[in-house]
Amino acid sequence: METMTTQETAAAADTLDVAKIRADFPIFDRHGEKPLHFLDSAASSQRPIQVLAVMDEYYETTHANVHRGVYGLAERATAQYEESRGAVGAFIGAPDPSREIVFTKNATESLNLVANSFARGILAPGDKVVLTKMEHHANLVPWLMVKDQLGIEIVYIDHDADGYLDLDGLDAKLDGAKLVSLTLCSNVLGTLNPVKEIAARAHAAGALVAADGAQYVPHIATDVQDLGVDMLAFTGHKMLGPTGIGVLWAKAELLERMPPFLGGGDMILDVRLDGFTPNELPYKFEAGTPPIAEAIGLGAAVKYLSALGMEKVRAHEIALTEYALGRFEEAFGKDMVVHGPRNPLDRGGVLSFAYRDVHPHDISQVLDQFGVCVRAGHHCAKPLMRTLGVAATARASLYIYNDRSDVEGLIEAIAATRSFFG
Amino acid sequence: MQGLEDLYREIILDHYKNPRNSGQLDTPPAHRAEGYNPLCGDEVAVYVANEGDKIVDIKMSGQGCSISRSSASLMTVAVKGKTVAEARDAIRTFKNMMSIHEASLGAEAEDQAAPADLRTLGELAALQGVVKFPVRIKCATLAWNTLSQVLDEIEAGA
Repeated sequence: METMTTQETAAAADTLDVAKIRADFPIFDRHGEKPLHFLDSAASSQRPIQVLAVMDEYYETTHANVHRGVYGLAERATAQYEESRGAVGAFIGAPDPSREIVFTKNATESLNLVANSFARGILAPGDKVVLTKMEHHANLVPWLMVKDQLGIEIVYIDHDADGYLDLDGLDAKLDGAKLVSLTLCSNVLGTLNPVKEIAARAHAAGALVAADGAQYVPHIATDVQDLGVDMLAFTGHKMLGPTGIGVLWAKAELLERMPPFLGGGDMILDVRLDGFTPNELPYKFEAGTPPIAEAIGLGAAVKYLSALGMEKVRAHEIALTEYALGRFEEAFGKDMVVHGPRNPLDRGGVLSFAYRDVHPHDISQVLDQFGVCVRAGHHCAKPLMRTLGVAATARASLYIYNDRSDVEGLIEAIAATRSFFG
Repeated sequence: MQGLEDLYREIILDHYKNPRNSGQLDTPPAHRAEGYNPLCGDEVAVYVANEGDKIVDIKMSGQGCSISRSSASLMTVAVKGKTVAEARDAIRTFKNMMSIHEASLGAEAEDQAAPADLRTLGELAALQGVVKFPVRIKCATLAWNTLSQVLDEIEAGA
């Protein structure tokens, strides 16, 4: 710990009171004996007592199915559910949350909704969809399924060795495209993609833009209008909310044009034996009993994040990323390779790394002995793994409850792999 | 790191760093199958050359963690020169050892069979520590399941 980075970094790192934040997260006291260096928030974050309490309170005092009962309990449940829709919409700058925020199961379902709906009513055989080569399987496989089903053409934007998208030739790729669907932040490389610029160029070419915000919305102040995208998918459990709740935001006029994805109760205005009339927005896309408590929990999570301030959250992660990259270099030099952009300003707090030739699974196993939780594997991005020339990586990811002690714990544990792997 | 000493035994690390029977065989005449662990991206290809029911040569290639690579290496040593039936016994015994963890929670018969079989495993017994790390059992059994597929192919063709 004797070598710190710059004074500015130290000051910036103090923008969040990590000790105070950690006190809100019961898991750090209650998970077991070892100290917990939880560095896997990119897979799923932990959640604060404020979120857990709201969900308990809801189940203990309020639960009934939404949009159905006329009794008071059901009305209160519906009001809370819709209140969360508003809060989540406000969190991402949605102009009309009550119509534009669709609750789903997770970001994967949100992206499947987009792909299926586009396949049913917007795309035609031969139409071009543009993706990047760094997409999570959730923004890749649904489009490959549409390709199989409909015969669309998928064109990929490349990236360079440092994880930056290659925008040369983008206009040719956009020419005639109906849709660009890309990640705001790579879950492997950490790259923050220039989505604003790509969206502007896509729109100029007449294409719509869908963004996968699963690794972005939890970490960076998000304004869909400023980003200029038409659709945004993200998930609750990576941003302090519960599992089982995801979000699709899309412009109302686009949602109006999109056919429904899942069919069932709540998503219809009328059903006859020979057809149905879909419900109004956003219910048209919310078939069946929704994850009510989870939506309310996500409402509490965005409230918690807003109270911290997303600008501070971002500053904290930049400072901690810079610190980690510096300390890795100091401790391991060339023995450790971190994938993705060097500049902390160009990346999220996702640090995929290789250490000597120790397999990520073995790294992760040794780290576990030190209470250090990292992800090891292909991170649901197998095509990207192939372009990196690796089968798997180890990935440490940072969030609001991490500080320098977690980075130091990680470094100590990585060094310990040498006692087995030389 | 006491628990880890059980997992990363010397024999395992030796086979990981110096894999035996690493490489490929021409197919045909040899038979080949591939195995994947979709969770971690581990891949293995197993090649078997047989004369009748005898395994005269075996090679393995691929990529993976220390447990999956060493298990594959140890497996090739264990079954080279054996008959197909003997190799099937070895697979059964090995997978039995890997299921001790689950077996102890349920089926008692398997539990009792396992210790006797362990004595026949030789160096393979070094992988016994894997059962304490349930996530890694799939790494250890990958090559064995793949060998089983190759043997199926040999028997189907015979």
